[in-house]
Amino acid sequence: MFKRSGERKDEAELDQIKREQFELSVLPHLGAAYNLARWLTRNEHDAEDVVQESYLRAYRFFGGFRGGDGRAWLLTIVRNTCYSWLQQNRPRELSDSLDDAAENIESDAPSPEAELIKTADGKLVTQALEELPLEFREILVLREMEGMSYKEIADMADIPLGTVMSRLARARKRLQQILAPTVAREA
Amino acid sequence: MNCEEAKKLIHAYVDRELDLVQSLELERHLTDCNSCSKEYAGLQALRSVVGSVYQKPPAQLQNRIRSAIRKEVKSETRPRMLSWRWIGVAASIVLLVFLSWGLFRVLSGSSPDEALAREVVSSHVRSLMASHLTDVPSSDQHTVKPWFNGKLDFSPPVIDLADQGYPLAGGRLDYLNNRTVAALIYQRRGHFINLFVWPSTGERERPRPETLNGYNVIHWYQSDMSCWAVSDLNAEELNEFVRLLKSKSTS
Repeated sequence: MFKRSGERKDEAELDQIKREQFELSVLPHLGAAYNLARWLTRNEHDAEDVVQESYLRAYRFFGGFRGGDGRAWLLTIVRNTCYSWLQQNRPRELSDSLDDAAENIESDAPSPEAELIKTADGKLVTQALEELPLEFREILVLREMEGMSYKEIADMADIPLGTVMSRLARARKRLQQILAPTVAREA
Repeated sequence: MNCEEAKKLIHAYVDRELDLVQSLELERHLTDCNSCSKEYAGLQALRSVVGSVYQKPPAQLQNRIRSAIRKEVKSETRPRMLSWRWIGVAASIVLLVFLSWGLFRVLSGSSPDEALAREVVSSHVRSLMASHLTDVPSSDQHTVKPWFNGKLDFSPPVIDLADQGYPLAGGRLDYLNNRTVAALIYQRRGHFINLFVWPSTGERERPRPETLNGYNVIHWYQSDMSCWAVSDLNAEELNEFVRLLKSKSTS
């Protein structure tokens, strides 16, 4: 009897240690998780639900986490959770997937002036980002907001490195083109 | 560097993915070229406006998640009386091995091989960025091999692995280890493999795989050639590629 209750106490302690470690190494990345979910779902409430679901998944998988970059690990889970959420709730957004082979269609037009882009306010930028196809939005969030390397993005999205580079260039071009005329009109 | 080259490298420059030499070359070009420096400023401006709409989570979300995890902990079934203790033991062993390996690495310092491996990875990344992957784009080994004639002081082995799922994409001249080398490019489901070859003798017949910045690199010697295979492809398939290459070249 004594032994049993002793073991149970050990176990409760271990649960607590696991939870504390999890909170220490994964919870600090809540900002990044929410930001990614917010841009992929384009809605605050949905983002909160997806982030909570992601954290529960992350907790279940935490045994498989081998240390290292907790943020990249968590963001991979958030991304997958977002995609399953979109699959269930807005399958149409996933269906018109990007054609990565159609390269450099946009790239011939001259780039808009930096000064012009800088005048875009938060509302315009938010609108412009939300207009972008899912894959473009995602790669811009990972690169421009989270500062992830090409290799990290390739691993996370499970795409070849060359695709990361070409997709990023196209996404930037497209965003510049959406922003520039809008800014010019407002000015 | 001309504008066409610069425009291809400029994204990688903004993203700090270029090596030092290329960065310096590009910077030199940017000071001279108005159009490219405008392009650069445009990318910088884009980053700053995109960064400005970073979305912060609402204050109560953290607590909501904490309590969801607590609930999850309670509801978890617990058939793992013994296992946690063993996981603890195993984790300490892993940690010990990891630490001593790290110590060994620090003490042994970086070898010339490692410096060369870095050069190889950097060449691989550069070849993908500058869209200068091939000088002679061809899946035919009988086109690629003769192309090197007169451009190199050796004849690199060009082996066709299309039937095995690694089609040849072409060849290229590159500069590594202070000499001109042959680069053969193979493809695997959208991933590119750079195979660098130059004459050199060495002991290592058994390929040695390693990982640098997340890229898989394999080095070995065969028929008096130093061979380096590098790719963002997973380690298993790259090993398989090297194994096929070796078996084909001896047969």
